[in-house]
Amino acid sequence: MKPKIVYKNQPESFKFSEKNLEIAENILKKYPKERKKSAVMPLLYLAQRQNENWIPLAAMKYIAKYLSIPYISVYEVATFYSMYNLSPVGKYFVQVCTTSPCLLRGANQIVEICKSNISPNQNEVSKNKLCSWTEVECLGACVNAPMMQINDSYYEDLDKENTNKIIKSLLEDKPLKSGSYRNRKNTAPENSNNLNGGKIA
Amino acid sequence: MPKITINGKELEFENGMTVLQACELADVEIPRFCYHEKLSIAGNCRMCLVEMEKSPKPIASCAMPATEGMNIKTNTKLVEKARKGVMEFLLANHPLDCPVCDQGGECDLQDQSLYYGFDKSRFSENKRAVRDKYMGPLIKTQMTRCIHCTRCIRFATEVAGVPEIGAIGRGENMEITTYLEKSMESELSANVIDLCPVGALTSKPYAFEARPWELKKTESIDVMDAVGSNIRIDTYGWEVKRILPRLNNEINEEWISDKTRYACDGLLKQRLDEPFIRKNEKLIKSSWDEALELITEKIQNTRPEKIAGHVGDLVSLENIFSFKNFLTDLKIENFEFRERETYLNGSDKINYLFNSSIKGIEESDLILLIGCNPRHEATMVNARIRKVYANRKIPVYSIGNPGDLTYEYNIIGETTAELRDIIKGQNSFSKKLLSSKKPLVIIGESALELNSGAYIFEEVKEFLKENNFINDNWNALNILTKNASTVGAIELKFFNVKESNNFMFFDKLKNNEFKLVYLLGSDNLKFEKKDTFVIYQGSHGDRGAEIADVILPSPAYTEQNGLYINLEGRVQECRKASYPPGNSLEDWKIFNLILEKLKKEVKSKNYQKIKELTLRNVINFTQLDALPKVKFNNSKKKENDFINEKIEIKKIDYYFSNSIARASKTMSDCRTVVNKQLKNGTIS
Repeated sequence: MKPKIVYKNQPESFKFSEKNLEIAENILKKYPKERKKSAVMPLLYLAQRQNENWIPLAAMKYIAKYLSIPYISVYEVATFYSMYNLSPVGKYFVQVCTTSPCLLRGANQIVEICKSNISPNQNEVSKNKLCSWTEVECLGACVNAPMMQINDSYYEDLDKENTNKIIKSLLEDKPLKSGSYRNRKNTAPENSNNLNGGKIA
Repeated sequence: MPKITINGKELEFENGMTVLQACELADVEIPRFCYHEKLSIAGNCRMCLVEMEKSPKPIASCAMPATEGMNIKTNTKLVEKARKGVMEFLLANHPLDCPVCDQGGECDLQDQSLYYGFDKSRFSENKRAVRDKYMGPLIKTQMTRCIHCTRCIRFATEVAGVPEIGAIGRGENMEITTYLEKSMESELSANVIDLCPVGALTSKPYAFEARPWELKKTESIDVMDAVGSNIRIDTYGWEVKRILPRLNNEINEEWISDKTRYACDGLLKQRLDEPFIRKNEKLIKSSWDEALELITEKIQNTRPEKIAGHVGDLVSLENIFSFKNFLTDLKIENFEFRERETYLNGSDKINYLFNSSIKGIEESDLILLIGCNPRHEATMVNARIRKVYANRKIPVYSIGNPGDLTYEYNIIGETTAELRDIIKGQNSFSKKLLSSKKPLVIIGESALELNSGAYIFEEVKEFLKENNFINDNWNALNILTKNASTVGAIELKFFNVKESNNFMFFDKLKNNEFKLVYLLGSDNLKFEKKDTFVIYQGSHGDRGAEIADVILPSPAYTEQNGLYINLEGRVQECRKASYPPGNSLEDWKIFNLILEKLKKEVKSKNYQKIKELTLRNVINFTQLDALPKVKFNNSKKKENDFINEKIEIKKIDYYFSNSIARASKTMSDCRTVVNKQLKNGTIS
């Protein structure tokens, strides 16, 4: 994984919206008062949600002040975790899993499709600003490999053909539905509705 | 005491020690990078691995608490193999640029790779490269060399109290940086250079200047503030190349302030190397004979009561002593060391010392600052206060607003009225103060400079005395002096004070009564020069030299032996590390020359004699470097009128506080950075 690059054109300021401020206060309630700095991760995620799926420096400063911790502490956390985006991503943010099981099932083909259709490099927004992609480590859906995550949904059991279709649909701003592309129901075997081979744990 | 076996030798250790510390007791050296006595334990470099009986794998001795009956082996095959493995991983990404690295010769990694390093590299991949970071005008970075020991991060957050350094990214992409690469805003920042075990953080002003083995090392004392930090002066020829801290747990521990460390390049600039005489409004180089001739003529033609002597902030005890003898020999009674009208009660030794001692701060359970900003006035004292604050969260209160002190404190108020209420028991704080066992009251010079300075000092002293906070075991009364020469000058009674008037000298100065003013290294005395003849004797062409009619060059603190009394009353020795440029003469020699010209008797003709006589004049002097024995006289309290006024803490230009610092380029760089940050509003 490449180190994260902090975006150059940063917005001047950041503030939680009223709704998010309420959520933030509820998050704080989960932690003892003297340990409120533990809330840095959910708050960063909240900020990312509010700001088109990426965290500007202003938001980090805002959160640092909100939790009364040093700026660098927030910065350290934000740069450590791969799920925090520090530069803008497309409206559709494609995360392609390239860990061993997916790779064995052809994840590199998906990467190639992303490269040719969205942008030649990771973390670059496509020409029409709708889409961006990145390689990620295991997303925990190895049974349905290869797969990719687009925003909050998993697209599973992919191959060259349907990946092409999905990516094109994203670029046209008419995303196809998520889920298995071999008509499997969740992790159930093909042509069967039984999860875990019929035994429900 | 519990027992531990190390390499077959059984020994006792104190509870709470780690295995590494126990090994040190047994004189077994454990290699380490991340562990440091004065910082918290990180345990991430893995260099200190040792073998423990019943443990299947080697343990990190720095993080493992020693327990009863442990059997530790440090000289086995397993340990050596483990350390070699760790070293190989550390060297995998470390550049082999020792010949161009400033740390070479004093590098922990270099030294330890001698014992645990592999002669060949098995790492055939590309080494990782990291972009250098900006950390301010003092710290040069070469981040590719970093081994991520995180000592600098821990120092910044724990000791300096400015959590600005951090590790960003993860795994192989981890990088050490300051937040958005801004300069570290601490007066202790350059200590990370000493802490860095490799050449990642090195000294910017000292870059490529010298190799450690070429330098002559002299153990000495710092004079940038009154703390008297213990330093080591490294010289190459006559140039002072750098100044490093010397361990002294009683005073500065292992740290020194940036001013102490980097004002040394000021010793090379703006130096007075020849006598000068002002002719037609211009200072012209002249000979010693000519200059001394003019001075003797002026002294002979001026009545003694029209002559005054003033001592500056960096002058040693012996020089103050010789100067005083010189003046009294000429029947001159006007002499002073204070730069401003600061209240002074020199009758009792406890009246001008930091009586609790710097180490004593660690015992206190409540601290009250009255009109002082320890961060700028005595950085090492502030570091100690921060240490107690961080360890025990003791409450700190302040009267007056000192700004950011790197720890939290409560402002009780900003006027003398609050102080009066506390003393009279009318403030809610009085209870807290009285219920504490070992309170610490620190009075700054800003408070003593006020019109109510006498009231503040005498009332606080009386209050502490009445409540038994001044006794044989604990003395809560502390005066925070700013200058290295202050305590020495008080001790040698170099001031004019009468019961009725504390500021006789200043009154005469204001009335323009002096026709001849002799400034001994004094640059901070402000006065209107009308028809006054000014003699300046000192090392640097600064404010004092600017107004002088005759300039006599003398050595700076690194160029002559001298005693200094620090704010606790400790007499310490500053040693000669190099020699002064040009035709400078030691201060006491100059006085003797003038006396000879005036046909007066010269009493002490060599340095040893003067030193001996000086020490005899120090009250209750026992030995060098020791805390003074202070006896407490039950003298009567002086009544002073209460004046209600604001206690304003005078901002001092930290990086420009004395003539050496003002001549230093490094200090002026630091000052520019801080002023810029003040303008941007990034710091307050």
